[in-house]
Amino acid sequence: MTNAEIQHIVTNWSDKLEFTEEASEFLNVIVPKEELYSICEQLKANADLKFDYLFCLTGMDWGSALGVIYHLESTTFRHNIVVKVKTEDRENPTLDTVSDIWYTAEFHEMEVFDFFGIKFNNHPNLKRLFLPEDWEGYPLRKDYVDEVNMVIK
Amino acid sequence: MSKDQLIKSNFKTEEYFINMGPQHPATHGVLRLILTIDGEIIRNIEPDLGYIHRSIEKMCERDSYQQIVHLTDRMDYLSSHINNEAVCLVVEKGLEIEVPERVKVIRTIIAELTRIASHCLWWGVMGMDVGALTTYFYAFRDREMINDIFEETCGARLTMNYNIPGGLMFDIHPNFVKRVKDFITHFKTKIPEYDLLLTGNVIFQKRTKGIGVLTKEDAISFGASGPVARGSGVSCDIRKIHSYSAYDKVNFNEVLFTEGDSLSRYKVRIQELWESVSIVEQLIDNIPEGDIKVPTKAVIKLPKGEFYQRVETARGELGVYVNSTGTKNPYRVKFRSPGFSNLSVLNKIAKGYKIGDLVAIMSTIDIVVPDIDR
Repeated sequence: MTNAEIQHIVTNWSDKLEFTEEASEFLNVIVPKEELYSICEQLKANADLKFDYLFCLTGMDWGSALGVIYHLESTTFRHNIVVKVKTEDRENPTLDTVSDIWYTAEFHEMEVFDFFGIKFNNHPNLKRLFLPEDWEGYPLRKDYVDEVNMVIK
Repeated sequence: MSKDQLIKSNFKTEEYFINMGPQHPATHGVLRLILTIDGEIIRNIEPDLGYIHRSIEKMCERDSYQQIVHLTDRMDYLSSHINNEAVCLVVEKGLEIEVPERVKVIRTIIAELTRIASHCLWWGVMGMDVGALTTYFYAFRDREMINDIFEETCGARLTMNYNIPGGLMFDIHPNFVKRVKDFITHFKTKIPEYDLLLTGNVIFQKRTKGIGVLTKEDAISFGASGPVARGSGVSCDIRKIHSYSAYDKVNFNEVLFTEGDSLSRYKVRIQELWESVSIVEQLIDNIPEGDIKVPTKAVIKLPKGEFYQRVETARGELGVYVNSTGTKNPYRVKFRSPGFSNLSVLNKIAKGYKIGDLVAIMSTIDIVVPDIDR
């Protein structure tokens, strides 16, 4: 299915979606965080889309906002879509988990929590995955400072 | 109280935790698994990661694109060439460079040799994990020949750094073609030996057949890729689906088995050795003449935007996500490593089996810990 056809289907689900294909090889859709779970659920369940393979889940720090990027593919139709979700709250960022839709998200969300401090509602086992429990701060955020261990050029 | 109840109350078992790793030979590196076991039956597996985490993604944010290539060797060190290739391809995609045919073919040959070397190591260690030490020496004898070829052409045996954005660091060694051909002739007589030695072995079959079954739906949902997913019948070979380098010019089959157990993951890799040999054979006589690199600027700046490249390493799908703001450093780099997603299936498929089976299952998942930790 072409990007235009995918956009045509998805755009009916909500009027708050923003689509863009600029500066990216995929069709990008920016989803408000309240609707993330329902949109993701439909992306997987829809018989014409069947996005069943979450091949990449990336935590992002855009400076003003934190968020997550989901790269999705359908193993049946081989088309792709990129879902982006942002949260402005840097003190206590919270998003919904998608780990019951795609099981792989469970580990990837733990990684995002570890490095970006984004909490995921309803996640089965949210804790630090790589870093020790008592680590302070979230290293992949842009404002993270560690004067001892980080080499800054 | 009946007799059965009496036995149960007197011999009741208790669940308890044990650590497997981080220093355990079967975990192939510094992976720690917290096992909840009841007797010898595994009830739950919780991986504890981070013992070799170097934060490569954060380091990428302060490095130039040429420097990032060198960091990726240290992720999946058995697929180092393919990791380098992934970063080079994403930079070339951003700069809209088309590399010469010669580069594409040489990259593909070396990538397939890397895959053979990686699968050889896996096969040797797999045998050792289930108690057959001999396989290790057979596999290392053949792997050594590939490493020698790499040493001659790339200057290193493991972390090759042969790729640069825009092409190759230097041309192939004059002996390269001959040595690769010699190796292929030699290796084609050795793969049947692998089968004779291990695949048909009754003890080995009993350790792997029907053990650790991963269903097709779970494989997709857990994001499994590479031989782990293909052993469950998921068609996921990036070389076929999103072809790159010279893979569109060669004929090869995507190896699929549908049983989903340890044995079928094993068989996928053995069969992939034949496919890799066939790819190298098709290309080695047809390396086109031409340049080995496209000149790039000393300071590479990718245009503003997002770039994604997927490649097939020996373990599965490696994805490189680069977010550029137009400066000489990337704003964010994410490596979607195959090992990380493949590890997450472990709890699903090894539950209910014994610790000995867990060792065999982990072996067929082919874990490389630096790839998981990054």
